[in-house]
Amino acid sequence: MRIIVSIKQVPDTTEVRVDPETNTLIREGVESIINPFDMYAIEEAVRLKEKHGAETIVITMGPPQAESALREALALGIDKAIHITDRAFAGSDTWATSYILAQAVKKIGEYDLIICGKQASDGDTAQVGPGMAAHLDLPQIAYVKKIEEISQEKKMIVAERLVEDGFETLKAPLPCLITVVKEINEPRLPSLRGKMRAKKAEIVKWNKDAIGVEEDKIGLRGSPTQVVKIFTPPQKKGGEIWQGEPEELGARLAKELKKYL
Amino acid sequence: MLNYELTEEQKEIRELCRRLAEEKIKPYSQEWDEANKMPDEVLKIFAQSDLFSLCIPEEYGGMGGGLLDLCIATEEISRIDGGVAASYAASFLGMFPILLFGTEEQKKKYLPRLAAGESIAAFGLTEPEAGSDAAAVKTTARKDGKFYILNGTKHFITNGGVADIYTIIAVTDKKRGPRGMSAFIVEKGTEGFEFGKKEDKMGIRASATRELIFNEARVPDENLLGGREGTGFIVTMKTFDQSRPGVAAQAVGIAQGALEMATKYAHQREQFGRKISSFQGIQWMLADMAAKIEAARALVYAAARMVDRGEKNSGPASAAAKLFASDTAMEVATQAVQIFGGYGYMKEYGIEKFMRDAKITQIYEGTNQIQKEIIALDLIKRYTK
Repeated sequence: MRIIVSIKQVPDTTEVRVDPETNTLIREGVESIINPFDMYAIEEAVRLKEKHGAETIVITMGPPQAESALREALALGIDKAIHITDRAFAGSDTWATSYILAQAVKKIGEYDLIICGKQASDGDTAQVGPGMAAHLDLPQIAYVKKIEEISQEKKMIVAERLVEDGFETLKAPLPCLITVVKEINEPRLPSLRGKMRAKKAEIVKWNKDAIGVEEDKIGLRGSPTQVVKIFTPPQKKGGEIWQGEPEELGARLAKELKKYL
Repeated sequence: MLNYELTEEQKEIRELCRRLAEEKIKPYSQEWDEANKMPDEVLKIFAQSDLFSLCIPEEYGGMGGGLLDLCIATEEISRIDGGVAASYAASFLGMFPILLFGTEEQKKKYLPRLAAGESIAAFGLTEPEAGSDAAAVKTTARKDGKFYILNGTKHFITNGGVADIYTIIAVTDKKRGPRGMSAFIVEKGTEGFEFGKKEDKMGIRASATRELIFNEARVPDENLLGGREGTGFIVTMKTFDQSRPGVAAQAVGIAQGALEMATKYAHQREQFGRKISSFQGIQWMLADMAAKIEAARALVYAAARMVDRGEKNSGPASAAAKLFASDTAMEVATQAVQIFGGYGYMKEYGIEKFMRDAKITQIYEGTNQIQKEIIALDLIKRYTK
């Protein structure tokens, strides 16, 4: 079995502070980490490898510093890392990003399963995983909380996915893409051997030519989403507390509410 | 912290252990302390992160590093929880005799299991009447065909009941005194080997301390450590030379944790309209604590490096490190409670635990009075020839 895990490097939001003057994030000195939801994706891939035997590959699209996220994934037990990096990718929205990642997956060739975290902690769109499945024309199961069964021989996966009022059990053919939620496992810490191995490991680098993308589908030009404005929602004003007799307060409330009718 | 010129690997060990302690130990530390129970799940996490493979040569499945690696790991774990660190370090105390004195077969059989963390070890020397006087051991081992038959009771054994592999010191020839003591590898489940009273301790409560009872316990003769009788006393002394820097590192970690908590508290607690960290009285306390911890750390690392280089006379250095670091831990933890004032005396704030945990480092693996004796005897030997 071959499993591909797609991850993203994000700023550690637990350490991000907001500049009270400009209302923008203070990015300086903020550590970059693997998107927390992707940690569950990595852990699930490593567990599947331990249980069924598999080759695990981690991919990420990002600037040169994203290499450290790949090294951490290797320290956690992933076998191989591919860094998809090119200045031309800058400004890609979720559509362009999922296209680029899908092209990279095509270059990898054969695979059985792609695992993504349910969403990134910075953008919070939850679109890139499902977008990749669309570009690759793959079945997808989003918000997976448990893999019940996976079989390379039978070429199928059975998984439980979270929905608003419970969960669904779905069966899909392989290859398939799943996105995972935090209920699926408890990610481990890296091992010492893993860390030492990851330090020395060679990381494959692919640019736009290597994965053969069409220029007008990547970067700002290939991104249909336009960010018009980013703003902090206005703070809600505190409520009022009225005190008095129930009859009196009821009448006052009715009068107040009528103003809004 | 001073620059100790640590290797890349040692820096990785420190970073990993710090993260492990912060994420996997700190949230539960108080609960385990109250429960007086060793948390199995943490030992599994240590194993998964390869932390039991430190100090064990690569040919036996270990990482191949030295004692300093273990000291760094123990220090970082102790910075959060001295009790969990005791369980961890005590497994190495049980492992060292096999590493130092085991036959090739014994090393091949036991070290890979320990390196992988599949098995935990413990060291059994102390008895109700044999503590500082290590040669007063009463547990006996008599030869019976292909077996040794062990009889006696060991107490205050860290990892007792939890460990799978025990290195036990017993008398094989009473007439020969200390030279009549031998060491045995005894596996859990051996016929006639049982566990007694579980101790309810002042501190390091996240570690198991229990009595070991040998009642006609049948140990195969191939488990006589090193294949020779009469090495028990030297095994004990050499093992402690190796393990004492680890206890000293535990003390440094406890002191460091207490200092950090006290500093943070002093900077948030206000009295007389200002932060108490702005008072010179508090600043001087913190400064003394920090300086002593750094001196202790430097001494511990230097002693560990002496052991790693195989220097002959590392015993007195190990003893000095254990003496100074444990006294520092006790002093620093007590001062930390003082800085917390009334809040420090309350369990809820978590600092009193450091004071309780620190105390044992002055007592176990040789009381500090025994350490002073080791240092003094070495001085007399060296300067009065």
